[in-house]
Formats: sequence, C-alpha cells, structure tokens
Amino acid sequence: MNEKETYRVIGTRPLRPDGADKVTGRALYGADLRLPGMLYGAVLRSPHAHARILSIDTSAAEALPGVKAVVTAADLPDVEAKVASLGEGSVNTRYQSWNILAREKALYYGHAVAVVAAASVHIAQEAVKLIRVNYEVLPPVLDVLQAMQADAPILLRDLRTDELGEKGSALTNVAAHHQTKKGDVERGFQEAAVTVEREFHTATVHQGYIEPQNATALYNQDGRITIWCSTQGSFGVRDQLKDILDVPVAQIKVVPMEIGGGFGGKNNVYLEPLAALLSKKSGHKPVRLTMNHADVLSATGPTSGSVIRVKMGARKDGRITAAQAWLAYEAGAFPGSPVTSGMGVIFGPYAIENVLLDGYDVVVNKPPAAAYRAPGGTNAAFAAEVVIDELAEKLGMDPLDLRLLNAAKEGDRKADGVAYGRIGCVEVLEAARNHPHYRAPLPGKFRGRGVAAGSWGNYGGKSSASASVNSDGSVNLVEGSVDIGGSRASISMQLAETLQIPVESIRPQVADTDTVGYTEGTYGSRTTFATGWAVYELGRRLIGLLCERAAQLWDVEPGQVTYEGGVFSCGGQRLSFAELAGKMDETGGAVVASVSVQPETWGPAFAAHIVDVEVDPETGKVDILRYTAVQDVGKAVHPAYVEGQIQGGVAQGVGWGLSEGYYYDAQGRLANASLLDYRMPTSLDLPAIETVIVEVPNPGHPYGVRGVGEVPIVPPPAAIANAIYRAVGVRLTTLPMSPARVLEALGKA
Amino acid sequence: MTPGKVTVHTRINGEEVTFLCEPRQSLLEVLRMELGFTGAKECCNNGNCGACSVLLDGVLVNSCLVLAVEAEGKSILTVEGIAPAEGLHLLQQKFLEHAALQCGICTPGFIVSAYALLQRNPRPSEQEVRRWMAGNLCRCTGYDKIIAAVLDAAACLREKASGEVRVP
Amino acid sequence: MATVWVPALLRDLTGGIERAQVAGATVREVIDSLEAQFPGVRARLCEGDSLRPGVAVVVDGAVSRQRLRQKVKEDSEVHFIPAITGGAG
Ligand code: FES
Ligand code: FES
Repeated sequence: MNEKETYRVIGTRPLRPDGADKVTGRALYGADLRLPGMLYGAVLRSPHAHARILSIDTSAAEALPGVKAVVTAADLPDVEAKVASLGEGSVNTRYQSWNILAREKALYYGHAVAVVAAASVHIAQEAVKLIRVNYEVLPPVLDVLQAMQADAPILLRDLRTDELGEKGSALTNVAAHHQTKKGDVERGFQEAAVTVEREFHTATVHQGYIEPQNATALYNQDGRITIWCSTQGSFGVRDQLKDILDVPVAQIKVVPMEIGGGFGGKNNVYLEPLAALLSKKSGHKPVRLTMNHADVLSATGPTSGSVIRVKMGARKDGRITAAQAWLAYEAGAFPGSPVTSGMGVIFGPYAIENVLLDGYDVVVNKPPAAAYRAPGGTNAAFAAEVVIDELAEKLGMDPLDLRLLNAAKEGDRKADGVAYGRIGCVEVLEAARNHPHYRAPLPGKFRGRGVAAGSWGNYGGKSSASASVNSDGSVNLVEGSVDIGGSRASISMQLAETLQIPVESIRPQVADTDTVGYTEGTYGSRTTFATGWAVYELGRRLIGLLCERAAQLWDVEPGQVTYEGGVFSCGGQRLSFAELAGKMDETGGAVVASVSVQPETWGPAFAAHIVDVEVDPETGKVDILRYTAVQDVGKAVHPAYVEGQIQGGVAQGVGWGLSEGYYYDAQGRLANASLLDYRMPTSLDLPAIETVIVEVPNPGHPYGVRGVGEVPIVPPPAAIANAIYRAVGVRLTTLPMSPARVLEALGKA
Repeated sequence: MTPGKVTVHTRINGEEVTFLCEPRQSLLEVLRMELGFTGAKECCNNGNCGACSVLLDGVLVNSCLVLAVEAEGKSILTVEGIAPAEGLHLLQQKFLEHAALQCGICTPGFIVSAYALLQRNPRPSEQEVRRWMAGNLCRCTGYDKIIAAVLDAAACLREKASGEVRVP
Repeated sequence: MATVWVPALLRDLTGGIERAQVAGATVREVIDSLEAQFPGVRARLCEGDSLRPGVAVVVDGAVSRQRLRQKVKEDSEVHFIPAITGGAG
C-alpha cells in the first residue's frame, strides 16, 4: 500500500519533542529523582568467580549507626523455576532470582551477595565492608571450550543438556544444543570447487550504556510497590518483579524514568527487587540503588564471548553450495546465551541450499548474558563474512559480486526453512557496490578496504497507546514505549501522518504501567514498527470518532463524511481537524481512543558496510579512515534518527572489532572493570560515518517500516577484519583485533 | 555549623550559593544531591566519561573528580546555566537540529564541554573538535552528529559575533 | 494438507524426513497428526498442554503468538524453530 505513497510528515526531520529538556539538563533520569526521606543503598559483591557461600554475618553492618536495613538471599522468596516471557529473552525466574542475590554459590566476580540501605550512600558503603562472608572458593570456568569439557568444574547442580525437549543424562555446563539443518551439506561440499574453513574467537563485550543501572523503590504499607528505574521496558520490569518477589502484578507500578542508553542491557532487572526489599525492611522508606561502572561491567549483562567454526564451499562460478557452522556461546552464569539468534543471522543474507548449524549454550563463571543489539549476530557474522571474503579471494571474485550472486531474495528459504518475504538484501548490496566509496582509489601503504554484510530478523510484539484530542486541535498521546533514541519523535510522526496534522500538534508522553496498556520494551528494533502501528490504528480510530462528530453537526450519516488533507467534509460542508476539535463540547465531549496491537509481520533488515583502514605495522594499531554503512530500513520515519541508529551501531561494532573485550585473571576476576580500561571508541577513534538509507518498504506495516536499530552492529568487525587483510595480508580471526593481536598476526609479537 | 561539615562559598550559574558539605563529598555529589543541579550526570564517577562536566572558574573539569571544598571562592557553570534568559543557547539548538543526541545522558556533558571549547577556540577544525571531545563518551550516536552540531554552532556563533557570512 | 518442516533434532523420529504433509486446522492439530505419524514428537515440542517455552512456531512466515491455537490453512507452511533470545538475565 505504500510504494507510491507520498507522506507529509514521515521522512521529515522535526525537532524531538523532549529535546529542550534534554539539552538543558532538565530531563529526569533515574538517578535525578529525589523523594522525601529517601535512603541510599550499596551492594556487597563477590570477590570470587566461583565460590560456595558458607555463611553471611551481617550483624556488624546492621549495628552501624545510620544503617536501616540489610538484605541477603534469605529475604528473597525461593521462586519456582518458571520461564517468564521477556519477549526477546526468556528468563528462568529461579536463575534470575539467584542472579539478583547469590544463594548457595556465587557464580561470577561481582555477583551480588548482600545489600544495605542507609541514611547516606557513604554509610551504606561503609556498612557493606562490615559484612562477613565465609566462602569456599571453587575453581572458575571462564572459557567456553573449557566449560564444555566432560571434566570441567560444574557450575549448576541440576543442569543437563537440552536437545529440543530431550535432556542429557550427565551434569554439564552445556545448557542446550540447537540444530538447524537444510539439504545435505556433505553433498554440497562435494559440489564445491573451493572450500574455506576457519575457527573464530570473540571476546565477551558489554553494551556500554553511559548511564549505570539505578532503581528507586517504595514498598508501601498497603503492599503497593512503586519502582522508578532506568529500563527499556517498564512492563518487563513489572513481570520480573512479580515473579522474583512473588507478589501480584496489580501491586506493582513501574515508572520508567528517562533512560541513558540500554542496547538490550536494560531489559533485565538487577537492582529493582533489592530496592523494593530494602524499602520494605527499612520501614517503608523510599530506597535508591545505583551502580557504578565497575558494577555495570562486572555484574550486568555483557554479551557472549564465543567460539565459532565455519566451513563454506562454492562452485567456480561463485555459487555457494554448502555452509556449515558450529557455534558455542557463553551464557554467563545461567543458561540463555543468544546462540539461536546467532544461528539465525550467520548465513542470513544468502540463499544457500545446504546448511548445517549446531549451536551450544554454555554456562561459564561470568555475568549472565543480556541482550545486546542484534544479540549474537555480530559474533556470527564476523565468522561467516570473513570466510566469504576468503572464498571471494580464492575464486578471484569481487567480494560484493560474490555476495550479490548468492543474495537472498523473496521466497528464498533461510537455514531453518522459513521463506523470506519482501526483503531488501539485493538492493542493499547493489547500493554498496555502486557507492563512490567502493570505487574510490585507496592509495598508500598498509591500507585496505573491506566489506561485510549482515542481517537481523527484527521483532514485533505488543504495544498500546491512547490519545485525547484537545480543543485547539492538538492531540495528547500516551504511549508505553520508553524513548531511548528519539522514539517520541518517530511515534508522534506516525500519528501526525495518520491524522494529517502537523507533528508539532502531537504531545507525546511515556507513561507508567498503571497508565497505559501493556507495551513490550524498547528492544528488538520493535518500537517504531509496533508502537508506530499502534498509533496508526489510534489515529484511524480518532478520525472515525471525529467523522461521527462532524456527521452530528451536519446532520448526515458518519459514512458520508470524508477526511482528506486535514479537512472533514460532506457535500459543501468543510471543517479542519482543529475546527472540528473546537466543537467537541457541543457534539458530546472529549474525543479519546486507545488501542493495543500485536503485529507479527515485521520485516528483516539487511546491511552492507564498507570500511577503509590503515594498519600501523610497528604498533599494530588499526585506524578507521572511512566508513560507509548501507541499510534497508523499510521506510525512514525520521531520517536523522535512522542515521543516528546506524552510526551508533557502527560505533559499537567498531569497538567490538578493535578495542573492547573482558579481561579476566586466572582467578576469574575482571581486570578491566572501568571505562578507562574497557575501551569504547571516543570521538578520536572514529571518522565521520556515512550512511546510505535504502527503502524497500515492509509490506507488513502501514508505513512500510522495518526495524532499524540492531542490524548496523552486525557487519563492522567482519568488514574491518577483511580490510585489515587487504591492508597487510593477514586474516584476523579473534576479537578484539587489538594492536597486540595484529602484531602477533604479523609475526612481530 | 554542622560538626564535620565545611562551609563553601561559590557562585553557581551567576548566583551566589553557600553550602555545607562533608570534606569527602565530590563537587558532583553536592551539585546533584544537595543543590538540585542534576543536569551534570553521575555515570563513571572516576573521570572517564565526561558526563559530569562543569566549568570551574572557566576551566572545564569533571566534577566527579573535584572535591566540593575545592570550589571555595570559585564560580561554577553547569549545563543549567548555559541557556540565555530567552530560548536556548545556539549549541543546544544545534544539538537538536542535528539530532546529536539519542538517549541524552551524555548531552549535558557534551554541551558544557563544547561551550568551553568555543570559548577558547571559536573556529575549531573537525579534528580539533574530535580531540577536545575525546574525554566525553557517547555510546549512542557514534559522535558524527555531535561533531556536526558543534561545528555548525561554532559557525553560527561566529556569524552572530562578527556579521561574518557563512560559506554553506 | 499443511507442510511441516521437521526440526533437525526431531528427524531421528521421522526417519530423516525434512518435511511432512499433515492434516490439521490448528498448530495443536498439526502436532497431533505428526504424533500419530511419528510417535514421540509431541513430547519433544510440548510441555504439558503448551508449546515448550524455547520453541517458536512459524506459520506462513510469521512467528505466531497464538502458538498452539494458531490457525493453519490447507496450504500453510509450519516451522518449529528455536525461540530467539537476547540473553539470560
Ligand atoms: S561521572 Fe565524572 S567523568 Fe564520568
Ligand atoms: S546520546 Fe546516549 S550516550 Fe550519548
């Protein structure tokens, strides 16, 4: 319905509605909230990566003047194992409770063991030091391959490998084995003229949001719990709290504060249940807990380090005949790595007849993996796209031509057999091949150009919204989607488009869980797609109601009233949106509507990146000289924020590729738990990032929208690795491609 | 005077402010917790992210690394003091026009930092902006639009100051 | 009859068959038919009276929220795939 549509609002670049608050420092993030009588907390964290907790003595802490409450795992309800649906992530509540506060065992360095509330944060920090914990230190398991060995120390006392409903007999660290199989890879490899097989290692990396986790709770005398926090999804927080605290959902209200970045890492709760328990125990005082970055890095969701083996074969003409991958992903301390997502992404851009994928979800003594932008996808694409680059080299083909020759189109089947709908993979690869960057000369020694492609499935999910029309023709919009990157703008724009009124007339508000209908979190590239769909329905409903009002005024049937170009009309009668809004009083009062949607027709996203690098052969440092990211976005609602999503994803991907990674010592202590030592890219590490927006509208959305936010992080490490190869002739297969690794590959270390 | 507490006299965003603090409290903690200036953000709390940037007697500092007592007799400019009485400062306006913020947690720090840069160097090159801003971390934007916003604001401010005509 | 793509890990129960034609107007009935043809399949896909939490059912290209209650047409394609996860928590 949208190929030839011309839009008035969609595709423009209005200022964001929350802009003035955010550039003046007025916007309230979680840590900015002050409540009367508020207490402050501090968390005691395990100094050991793997230890049995023999005893905890909190008496000295409790005796410290100013301390109001101390909470340990004994204060948490022992919840039954049950999986709460968290949309993109499914969570075993029992493990989650165990993660909130260590019970019986501490499973990673930084695992929370006890928490204190006091009159000031300084007192709370002093009190934490007075807590005596008796540990029996156990050998840690930090490496995914080591964890898979039969004789590895076992983390969890009841874990057996699940293979689609069948449990293994032995205790293990391998939580699950997944398999996807299409065609016959043996036959496919026999048909191949060239094959390439390699093993890849990727480091554990963190989302790196700048705002640390924070939560404030008030556990009222009447049992009502109010939580103010930094979360991607307020309803997800409510669901998790209900399970972890074992209280009815009606008792919990979650107020999402402004959020300082999430990237997947702020879907799971960490502090919220602790703040609630402390509030209850301290005589129903509001309690604030905040992390510092050492806590954030050592105890909140990184994404999985991984080992991936890929084998691909192609005929002389470049047709890929078979692709095989073996993927082992670290889950952290509890099962649930994004390995299945990695399996979905690994050969996503290509139509390949014979595919075999084996994925393993493996627990290790690290914090439990949380979602991170296209979870599991970057690791997988790094492996596959480097192998494809090598195939192109062996075949003497241009790497983009090889990709185009094998590119997936509508009707082609993915590895799991599901057929693609209308996708823009070919269009993206063509746009990359035709881009001036790809043809530009790159003179100079130690310089090289690399390309890589990537795919991501995207997501839909539940969204609600409500709206009321004001007498001046403006519209108050209430939505449940937390705004992390300008979604108030992209949602308001879709409502304005539907209502055919200026976007400035929409007043959006992100509401708490008591105020708006169930809305899944801002994750999975779903908000502009699904909440956008909700406000599209909302707009149509408002127009229907307003047509009835006009019909009343004109004494005609509502069906006779039409709405076009912002004007209601029937016969010779005409009223603009604002004029009719001014007549609500005389036609029956306020015009309000609310809707809830759950669309299932999200369209996958594809990206192709081109990067030029220069390698310093003396130091091993890799500089990014030029970067171009091409992406199919369906329809760019607010192009500036679409570009921003792409640029942000590229920046994170560059960090993942070159400088980020967890370093644990032999005892399993995280050695680089600060923003100084966990090296995220600064403005000096990146060049301008050029974006090319390709629009192949998603037929499954009223405005053609596809999710945008995740796929841009998928190609960068592979593209950089391929560029390094062209620059200095060595294939890097381990992330990050730090100076030391580059030197080692050059035989200089 | 509360025992153990120190009286500190400052000027914050042009207003005289006297406060009591503990010697161990950082300027950031006092600004945020005692005085309600929550525009400066507490993120890394150890000088690595720049979200807490303020000007202390005109010098750009990470307020998490400054003790509150060190502000005695000094003037402090926080993000709350950047905008003129009417409307927004051009830097703020340009951040909005260029969509130079996504989550916005880094934005106050970048605005204060950029303000300090433009005071020293009204005509920075892109590389100079990138170098100056390297102490401010942003995880959302990839910096591209932030750099563009600062360069644009610098050009507009020069134009305003001197009637200089911009070459688009 | 609908076409079911048998998950790789269940193909030992179907003698290696990758696709099966089965009757059924809902995913529940499709699984019943599969079970009749290939005993043991249901226990692997379902837990009690619902689809396993880690399993997603895709009907004609769309991941279904109705899961076992999802309607299936005569010419539908049904896939059982691992639910996409972001992380543990
Ligand atoms: S909070 Fe001060 S530099 Fe990060
Ligand atoms: S806009 Fe989110 S950290 Fe900069």
